[in-house]
Amino acid sequence: MTDTTPATETLHDVTVSVNGVRHSAAVPARRLLSDFVRHDLELTGTHVGCEHGVCGACTVLVDGQPMRSCLMFAVTAQDHAITTVEGLCSAPDARTVPTGESMNPVQQAFAECHGLQCGFCTPGFLTTVTAYLEENSSPTSEQAREAISGNLCRCTGYQNIVKSVLRAAEIKAERAEEHA
Amino acid sequence: MKPAPFEHHAPLTVEQAVSVLTEVGHDGKVLAGGQSLIPILNMRLASPAHLVDINRVAGLDTVEVTAEAVRVGALVRHAGLERSESAYAALPLLRQALVNVAHPAIRNRGTTVGSIAHADAAGEMPAILALTDGVVEVAGPSGTREIAWSDFFLGALETSLAAEELAVAVRFGRFPAGTGTAFTEAARRHGDYAMAGVGVALTVADGVVSGARASFVSVTDVPSVLDLGPVLDGVEPGSGEWDAALDTAAEAVRGHVDPEGDIHASADYRRMLVTELTRRVLPQAADRATTPAPNAAFDRGSAVTTLSSTSSTAFGGQGASHD
Repeated sequence: MTDTTPATETLHDVTVSVNGVRHSAAVPARRLLSDFVRHDLELTGTHVGCEHGVCGACTVLVDGQPMRSCLMFAVTAQDHAITTVEGLCSAPDARTVPTGESMNPVQQAFAECHGLQCGFCTPGFLTTVTAYLEENSSPTSEQAREAISGNLCRCTGYQNIVKSVLRAAEIKAERAEEHA
Repeated sequence: MKPAPFEHHAPLTVEQAVSVLTEVGHDGKVLAGGQSLIPILNMRLASPAHLVDINRVAGLDTVEVTAEAVRVGALVRHAGLERSESAYAALPLLRQALVNVAHPAIRNRGTTVGSIAHADAAGEMPAILALTDGVVEVAGPSGTREIAWSDFFLGALETSLAAEELAVAVRFGRFPAGTGTAFTEAARRHGDYAMAGVGVALTVADGVVSGARASFVSVTDVPSVLDLGPVLDGVEPGSGEWDAALDTAAEAVRGHVDPEGDIHASADYRRMLVTELTRRVLPQAADRATTPAPNAAFDRGSAVTTLSSTSSTAFGGQGASHD
């Protein structure tokens, strides 16, 4: 990306905290947060689909809240703590698992329930569902559908994703109980 | 799908923001949440030379409730207003409408004032500003001014905000005691722009209707309010006359709206939709007018009405939280 930046374009020194690590890069103002994360930080877990906020694949957590990284500029993201899919496995509830369990409950549930096929949309689902379960720890099936309504998947038909959300809530509760 | 180059300005005060806007004039655009603006930039439907990013401007992120109004600052995100219990207690209509705004991830970033300044006929919050007889507070080079909603919206995506002015807040007017409100819309897919939507406010005094108004989404060029008082005043909700009065109100809506057809729905279909939706929300508003305590679970649950659904509380339930 940087190679194709016109020489005349002003570069901004942008420092963004991503997954607890502060990263700096000189980027033009128009650098989308999604491109900043992928190209400048080489964290390619965040996927870019539609680039106008519809598909949800690029969803990251901004101060813990799911937001579209394709609809934010890196220069604006400086004031916030960003969590990408790479940062989910070090989320606090995963760190408490002493068995070497590296996945967070949502990641484990998606693996168990076949909540993905090609995996393109998965980073957006994982971030969205991780944040959602913080707010509603035991969703109903209807609530799970509502929670993922802003994320598109063209493989699964969503049934296994809904199962994954419900299973993630169970795993989260199980882990909390084990380590209570 | 990348924006064209622009110069980024990050003012820290309203005065600085206005000063930059004055300097750059029509080449400038205000960036708040960016959930409508950045898609437009990404698709290069617009390529302003300057973006005035107000996200660091102090003092714009508060919700204040007064006896007359709910005042929402320019950096209040939809989700923040949606969750505000004081705003909900003062004006339940806000949350009733906000749960229909796009998806939670968009509401986490997008601002209510930005949505109003964007003035999309398919936006929910411009219609709500109209329904509540709201006001836009504006800062400009020569000081501040207030613009009534009816003078604010000029056309599709067009407002009376000058290029050098910044909308710093909006005030949604509160309704008199005994008023119930309701909002619903119908979309092809969950969270999409609505094909048609309607909000209503209905006041009941001494058991009969004494004032009713409606405003609309996606079926009028600019937000407009239809006074349903003439057809509903004096009627007791649930009485023998009520059904006939609702039919008359629905017909008044059919005559009032002026939808355009597109790939999603024909003009006739939108007109039919909004007529039926109005018929459904008026009894909800009447129920709420006679039930003093707002029912949070219900409001959170009524985000979506599909015409095939027999239940209007498709996603209801205690502890429901969609954001």
